Amino acid sequence: MAALFLLPLVLAVVAVMWGVGIYNGLVAARNRVKEAWAQVDVQLKRRFDLIPNLIETVKGYMQHERGTLEAVTQARAAVAGAGTQAQRVEAEAGLTSALGRLFAVSEAYPDLKASTNFASLQEELASTENKIGFARQFYNETVMNMNNRVQMFPGNIIAGMFHFAPETFFEVKDEVQREAPKVSFN
Amino acid sequence: MWEQIAANRRKSILLVMSAALLLGALGWALGVNFMGRNGGVPGVMLALVVWLVMTLTAWYQGDNIMLSVAGAHRVQKEDLPQLFNVVEEMTLAAGLPKMPAVYVIDDPAPNAFATGRRAENAAIAVTSGLLKTLDRDELQGVVAHEMAHIRNRDIQLMLFAGVLAGAIVILAEGGLRGMWLGGGRSRSRRDGGSDGSGIVAILAVVLMILAPILAQLIYFAVSRKREYLADASGASFTRYPEGLASALEKISRAPQRLGGATSATAPMYIINPLKRAGEMAANATSTHPPIDERVRILRSMAGGGLADYERSYREVTKGGGVIPKSALQGEPAVAAAAAQAGQPAPQVAPAPVAAGPAPSARESARQVDDFFYRKDGYRKVDCACGTTLRIPPDFATPAAKCPRCGTLHDLR
Repeated sequence: MAALFLLPLVLAVVAVMWGVGIYNGLVAARNRVKEAWAQVDVQLKRRFDLIPNLIETVKGYMQHERGTLEAVTQARAAVAGAGTQAQRVEAEAGLTSALGRLFAVSEAYPDLKASTNFASLQEELASTENKIGFARQFYNETVMNMNNRVQMFPGNIIAGMFHFAPETFFEVKDEVQREAPKVSFN
Repeated sequence: MWEQIAANRRKSILLVMSAALLLGALGWALGVNFMGRNGGVPGVMLALVVWLVMTLTAWYQGDNIMLSVAGAHRVQKEDLPQLFNVVEEMTLAAGLPKMPAVYVIDDPAPNAFATGRRAENAAIAVTSGLLKTLDRDELQGVVAHEMAHIRNRDIQLMLFAGVLAGAIVILAEGGLRGMWLGGGRSRSRRDGGSDGSGIVAILAVVLMILAPILAQLIYFAVSRKREYLADASGASFTRYPEGLASALEKISRAPQRLGGATSATAPMYIINPLKRAGEMAANATSTHPPIDERVRILRSMAGGGLADYERSYREVTKGGGVIPKSALQGEPAVAAAAAQAGQPAPQVAPAPVAAGPAPSARESARQVDDFFYRKDGYRKVDCACGTTLRIPPDFATPAAKCPRCGTLHDLR
């Protein structure tokens, strides 16, 4: 008799524990996404901070490229003014391509290229671009992991109960920007 | 990816546990042989104590010992900005919580290794020869491989596997030596006993001879498997397998031999430092898989993902896979999701950006030299004619003459 009462109880306990496991997995995945985005953010911020320095260095050498320089400044302002995450991602993509053009035209200025200040800024900015790329790659990986958990059975049951939503990928929309600027600095 | 870490661990723990069993068996045999029939348990205890002491030492000092044996020096961003940037980039790609410390070894033989207790206090060391031989993409490939060792927890596992193998070697050697010197006494004491003791003695000797060899084989087996996995994850970090492939080729062709590497530390390096260039390394006693094979697998990858490596591995080796199935689940979906977003996976490769503005190979070679001269107390004097004078710390004369243009430089 006792066993008959115990069986549903045991089943219920197992079910609850299983649910707790899935729930905790979801929370961990969401935290990883947040952490990964923070890393992307740090690098984007770093690039944002490097730009005034770059403009200052380049200005004296490139009087004939006012348009290119203004494009970079405007793109930077657009980043600062972006409200939503989607706007921000788009503005950052614009900044990447504006910077790419700036480095492309800098080819025509041998004095500028010879400047050690410019050379070290260039390594810094190039490396920051790389870091943004790698941080984004890792961020997208964590988003993938999160979304799989949220949308696949049986995780989707628990996710629905506790309102876990799929996260958005950090995509590069701009067609021009996806073709990374082919620049040779030799 | 997190599943991959877990699966790697389970497989390797099995290997390490078999080494632990070997250690126990050896301890038992030693005890029975030297202390009589009841000596088995104390023997096992003795083996455990030796192992525990060694493990604790390795756990708290292992990375320091490894780094100082290799002669590694810590560098900061100002010393070698490019190396530092590359390590920072790969930290982000691997999603590690903290950037590993960066070390440089003053050795012309190109090589690299990673060490440390856990990801939070890991270290990556590269030789000056590596920095002078490789371009930025190749350096990135090597650092990615080392970062994969850290992320996959290989450094921790290799530490334990190495210590286990070391403990077995020490015990077996001590036992054999004891047999030569005082073994006769213990045997004569038991001469009147049953015939079993003779068999035990023979078994003990066999075990003492075989155990160290087996332990080394297990250690090497762990190491070999890890190299493939680190190649796979490294390629997935950079999404540019060619960088690592061409780096491996360059490193293996270099004629120099690395000083400061021993057979105990050899499995930690990206390429076995004890093998001469061109030597075949495809047997059970090698610590690393054959380089040709590693390069061929990397070169025939269709994309930069783990699934691409797995496919390529099966093609090249005609054998089973290397990456745990659980790690591959959802991998094609990454490519699909990326493609849907109009962003094919290999595109993430920042190679085009990286290739350009990096300082030239000559520039980074100069930075490496500067670092080691500065460390040794040399002073750098730039002459107007473009020559750089290096003044040794014990240079007593108050002025130095430029050998090219003859300008006298005041050194006070």
